[in-house]
Amino acid sequence: MTDRIPAPFGRRSCEVVANTATGGYRIVSALDREGPEPLAGQFYMLATDGWGGPGGRPYLPRAFSVAEAEPGEGAVRLDFLLEAVGPGTSRLAALALGERLLLTGPLGRPFSKPAELLSGADGAVLVGGGIGIAPLAILRRSLADAGVPQRVLLGFRDRAHSGGLELFRCSEVRTASEDGHSGHQGYVTDLLSVVLEGDDAAGAVVYACGPPAMLEAVRVLCEARGIACELAMETPMACGFGSCFGCAVPLAGGGYMRLCVDGPTVNAAEIESALVAGSGHT
Amino acid sequence: MSRLNSGGGRLRLPGPDLGLELCGIRLAHPVINGSGTFDAIAARRAFGEQLGERFPFSMFVSKTITPEPRAGNPPPRLYETPSGMVNSIGLPNKGLEGFLLDDLPELARLEVPLCVSVMAPSREGFATLVERVGRRDEVAAIELNVSCPNVKSGLIVGEQPSESRALCEALRPLTDKPLIVKLTPNCADPAAVAAAAAEGGADAVSLINTLRATGLDPATLRPWLGAGSGGLSGPAVRPIALDQVRRVAAAVEIPVIGMGGIESGADALAFLAEGASAIAVGTASFRDPLAADRIRAELAGELAERGLERLPPVPLASTST
Repeated sequence: MTDRIPAPFGRRSCEVVANTATGGYRIVSALDREGPEPLAGQFYMLATDGWGGPGGRPYLPRAFSVAEAEPGEGAVRLDFLLEAVGPGTSRLAALALGERLLLTGPLGRPFSKPAELLSGADGAVLVGGGIGIAPLAILRRSLADAGVPQRVLLGFRDRAHSGGLELFRCSEVRTASEDGHSGHQGYVTDLLSVVLEGDDAAGAVVYACGPPAMLEAVRVLCEARGIACELAMETPMACGFGSCFGCAVPLAGGGYMRLCVDGPTVNAAEIESALVAGSGHT
Repeated sequence: MSRLNSGGGRLRLPGPDLGLELCGIRLAHPVINGSGTFDAIAARRAFGEQLGERFPFSMFVSKTITPEPRAGNPPPRLYETPSGMVNSIGLPNKGLEGFLLDDLPELARLEVPLCVSVMAPSREGFATLVERVGRRDEVAAIELNVSCPNVKSGLIVGEQPSESRALCEALRPLTDKPLIVKLTPNCADPAAVAAAAAEGGADAVSLINTLRATGLDPATLRPWLGAGSGGLSGPAVRPIALDQVRRVAAAVEIPVIGMGGIESGADALAFLAEGASAIAVGTASFRDPLAADRIRAELAGELAERGLERLPPVPLASTST
C-alpha cells in the first residue's frame, strides 16, 4: 500500500494566489509554505477567514481532493477544483487573491500504484465525473511520470456543470456529456464499457472519482469483468483526521470504514456499494 | 533566562500558572478533550509523531467503549447546523477486549493521563467495564457515559437522579480510580442528577453531552440522519452548557468539567468563572485539530489580562480590570 504523506499537525493559513473560472467550476490555488507535497488522492479540509459568518454556516470545514500540486521555492502551490453548491463551497469559490485559505492536510490514503491493485498491471483507465475529475488530474501526472500508459475518460452533466479540463494538460482526454455539448452524448461509463471490451483491458486497472451513481456504475462494470478498481469517494466529514467518525462507508463484509483515514481511495472490492447515503451535502 | 531557572524545579514559561489537580490527578493545564471528539490513534496516522510533540490536551479522554464491539449507526451521521452540527455516530468501538488489546497500549504512549469513557446497557455491564479498565495502570480515571437506557428499567440512567445514584453506588467499590459522570443535558434537572451522582460516590461530573436534535433533508422532508436523530454540539449549545455548568457547580462539592461549544480562551474562562475546574474542547477540534492548543494559550492571555496568576476559583469580580 502506498504510504500516506502525513500532514503538519494543526490548521494553517495559505495565501490564495489564483481563482479562475473554468466552465461552471473554479480552480482556487493557494501557496502552502508549511506543508509537504501531497500524493495523488490525498485531500485537505478547507475553510476561510470569516467561516461561519452571520448565518452560522458554513460551520465545518469542507473536504477537497487536491487537483494539482506544484512545488516551488519555499512553497507548494495547491490547486483545488470547486463548484459553488452550498454555503461552504460558495464561500471557497468566492475567495479573492490575497485572501487566506485555511487548510489541514494532506490527509487520507493516496491512490494505490497500479501494481498494488493488480500484479503485473500494464496500464490505467481514469474515469472522472463532474467535479470529481479533480484527483484524477494529479493522478494522471504521477502515472505519466512513472511511465504508466493510461486513458482518461471524463464525463459531465451539461455545460454549466463542467470544467477543469485544463488540469489534464498535454494528455489525450475523451469526454462524454449528458447534453451532448462535449464528446459522446451520454455517460462516461458508456466510454468505459467500450474501453473495457478492448484487448488491452485485461492488464489495466481502473481509477474513478465522481458522483456516487457514476462510481457505482463503474464498480459494477469492473466487478462484472473482474477488473481491479479503486474509487476516490466522498461523504460528509467533520474533521478529516479520524476523530468524528462521521464519514462511515459500509464495508462488503459488514461494519464500516472511516473514509477520511481508511480512504478516500477505496478498493471497489471492499465496499458493498458506492451509493452512500448523504454524499454531496456541502 | 535566570528567572526561569530560579525555582530550582521544573521550567515554567512566564505567565499565569494553568496547572491544577483534578481528583488527585496533576494536570498541566485545564484543557482536556470531550469523549468521542478526538481519536489520538487515527490522528497519529494523519499527523505522524508531531501529534505527541504538540499534544494539546492535558488529559486524554477516550471514545466511549462498550462491553461488546459496536459498528455504529448507518450513514449519514452528520448534519451541519448554524454554528454547530448534529451527529448520530452510534458509539462505534472495538468492545472491551478489543480496546484493552489494541487501543489501550497505543493510547498509553500519550504523555498525559488517560481517562477511559465507558458505557453499558446494564449495571453488571458497567461493573465489568469499570473493574477491567480500572485495574490497568495506564488508566488514570474512568468516565461513565450514562446517556444510555438501563435495559432493566428502560430509563435513561443519566436522566434519573435515582438511577445515577444507584449506578455510582454499585461501581464505587470496584475501583480506586476516580469516577467521572458525564451528564446529559436532555433532562429536567441535571443539577439533581449531579447531586445524586455525587452522593453515590462520583468523584467529578462532566457536562454537557450533546443535546438531542435532528435535521431534515430539505428535498424529502424526512430525517437526514441515518439514525433519525442525534445530538447537537458546537457553539450553538454554548449558552445552554454554561447555564447547566452554573447550576451543577452550585449543587455539588465535587469538581465539574465544563464543555459545550468552547472555541476560544474567553469561552473557556466563562466556564471556569461559572464553577468548572477544567474544560473540554470537542467540536472545535474538528475544525482545527490544534484548536485546544490555541484555546489554552488564549486562556492564559485572558487570565494575564485580568492580573490573575492562576486559575479560578479566584474572586473574578474583585479584579480591577
